Amino acid sequence: MNGDLKSHRFRAEREADWKTLERLLAKAEGGHARRLTAAELMQIPLLYRSVVSALSVARATSLDASLVDYLEALATRAYFFVYGARAHLGDRLARFFRHDWPAAVRAIWRETLIATAILVFATAAGFALVWNNPDWYGSILPDAMAQGRDPTATTAFLRDALYHDAKGQPLSFFATFLFTHNAGVSILAFALGFAFCAPTVLLVADNGLTLGALMALYASRGLLVPLGGWLSIHGTTELFATVIAAGAGFRIGWAVMFPGPLTRLEAARVAGRTAGAAMAGVVVMLIAAGVLEGVGRQTIRLDWARYAIGGTMLTLWLAYFYLPRRET
Amino acid sequence: MTAVSATRPPVEPEARFARRFITPEGADLRLVLGSGGDRAAAFLLDILFMVVGLIAFTLLIAWIASSVGLKNAEPWGIAWLLGFFVLRNGYFIAFEAGPRAATPGKRVLGLRVAARDGGRLTAEAVFVRNFLREIEVFLPVVFLAAANAAGDPVQGWVVLMGLVWTGGFLLFPMFNRDRLRLGDIVAGTWVVKAPRRSLAADLAASHDGGGFAFTREQVSAYGVKELQVLETVLRARDKRTMTAVAERIRGKIGWYKAPDERDDAFLTAYYAALRGRLEHRLLFGHRRRDKFDKA
Repeated sequence: MNGDLKSHRFRAEREADWKTLERLLAKAEGGHARRLTAAELMQIPLLYRSVVSALSVARATSLDASLVDYLEALATRAYFFVYGARAHLGDRLARFFRHDWPAAVRAIWRETLIATAILVFATAAGFALVWNNPDWYGSILPDAMAQGRDPTATTAFLRDALYHDAKGQPLSFFATFLFTHNAGVSILAFALGFAFCAPTVLLVADNGLTLGALMALYASRGLLVPLGGWLSIHGTTELFATVIAAGAGFRIGWAVMFPGPLTRLEAARVAGRTAGAAMAGVVVMLIAAGVLEGVGRQTIRLDWARYAIGGTMLTLWLAYFYLPRRET
Repeated sequence: MTAVSATRPPVEPEARFARRFITPEGADLRLVLGSGGDRAAAFLLDILFMVVGLIAFTLLIAWIASSVGLKNAEPWGIAWLLGFFVLRNGYFIAFEAGPRAATPGKRVLGLRVAARDGGRLTAEAVFVRNFLREIEVFLPVVFLAAANAAGDPVQGWVVLMGLVWTGGFLLFPMFNRDRLRLGDIVAGTWVVKAPRRSLAADLAASHDGGGFAFTREQVSAYGVKELQVLETVLRARDKRTMTAVAERIRGKIGWYKAPDERDDAFLTAYYAALRGRLEHRLLFGHRRRDKFDKA
């Protein structure tokens, strides 16, 4: 009587299909999606649909709990592959660079502008403080960051720091440390936005103060122009990345505070989508800044060349993000 | 049945994390969310993997640096710093953006990241959910480290406030139904169970009746719940449990044990018979939940 169980026959008839799907998924999930043949790729959605329908039938007619569990797990795995499958990586990257990234940056232009204003204001404040009273320098710039560049240093030392040869190596350890530190600041500025924007303001202002203090120190020795070159070769890219990251953080913090007609959860998600694309772009900018700082700054030691590169990069970024373009 | 379902007993812990998830085909996949414990365990595992990876990487760099001589060690210091940076910021992102949408720690626990709206998980969402770890995890750690270093009382209070504040972010998932952390909220994601199950043998298949014949009354003694408990017992194949269960069932249905009758054979036969009966009734629209159900 038992060989006749309908649920058993049901299973026996379809088991081979399920196993095939399992095998194809294992292949695809193992990162070998390219190794799937066209026929196999076509087969997955069909098999997926048959598993989903089998799951519905099994739930209604089979009391074999392990079978239902198995089908649930298999259907879920297949669902994520079928509906989660990304477009070809190249296509996605092309779309990101051609559309998503500049669109996201454009969308947060107001927040970026505010972050820029905070940065500029804090830089001016830092400059004014140290210019009028050099004692401020020590409390603004921690020793680890200053690396001996403080008011007691000789002018020659300060100048050397700008044209430091680093023994012919393109990338110095300290430059790398600065890069990872500043990249970390950008990411943190973004993340802190969630906490109702305020900590991001503090972080950006703190960076502006440091910048202003350093400028005041060099200006007091008549070295402002060379310092500008030293900073701008990578700084235009890096600081731009920082204000975009802060702007993306503001966007999220603002959405959480004032969700408007949406629920708070939904508003955060919508803001997160825009901010996410902008942040992915920030990572690209930070890498570009790192290359400029590590390689460019150590090998190019002419002020005008440094300014030219910094200015060109800034112009390129601005044009890339904000020039009106035809929507495709 | 609807009248009965209103007075259903409280849901089991497993069901607390089950969510309706309708595919475009109209089927409900009934996703189960990762519990707080699973999530924490996965995260700790990932941290462990990262630390182990970092130690291995450091040793490798140290070995190379020492073999080329300390004079030219700076490039290796730089390589280490960059490697550390990439590992710290890239580990979660790289794995979650991959085809399995899960870090090694999550894979061990059978979890994966998914978009809450059922759409595809975008790279942007992965970036966002992991960048927010900065304030959820790394910032509390920084405050903890600062708590050790803080000398004067004012500094101490500042650190304490910071710790309380960021601790709120860290514990956020404990205070919402879907166990969302900040990153999940902003990225529109959640973490679901996606275990890999293999298809176990059908217990009703390997059996041809084996000389057992049950009457209708005997196969009407139990409902679906008992059937599935029996299934678990049969799959576990623990001898003492099987004997105990077989005794209970024989007593309940009034079955006289033949001298050469084996418990597992009896249980398998009864399982097949009971399932046949219940599935037959199911086709006619009667789902007998358990032995107390008079349907």
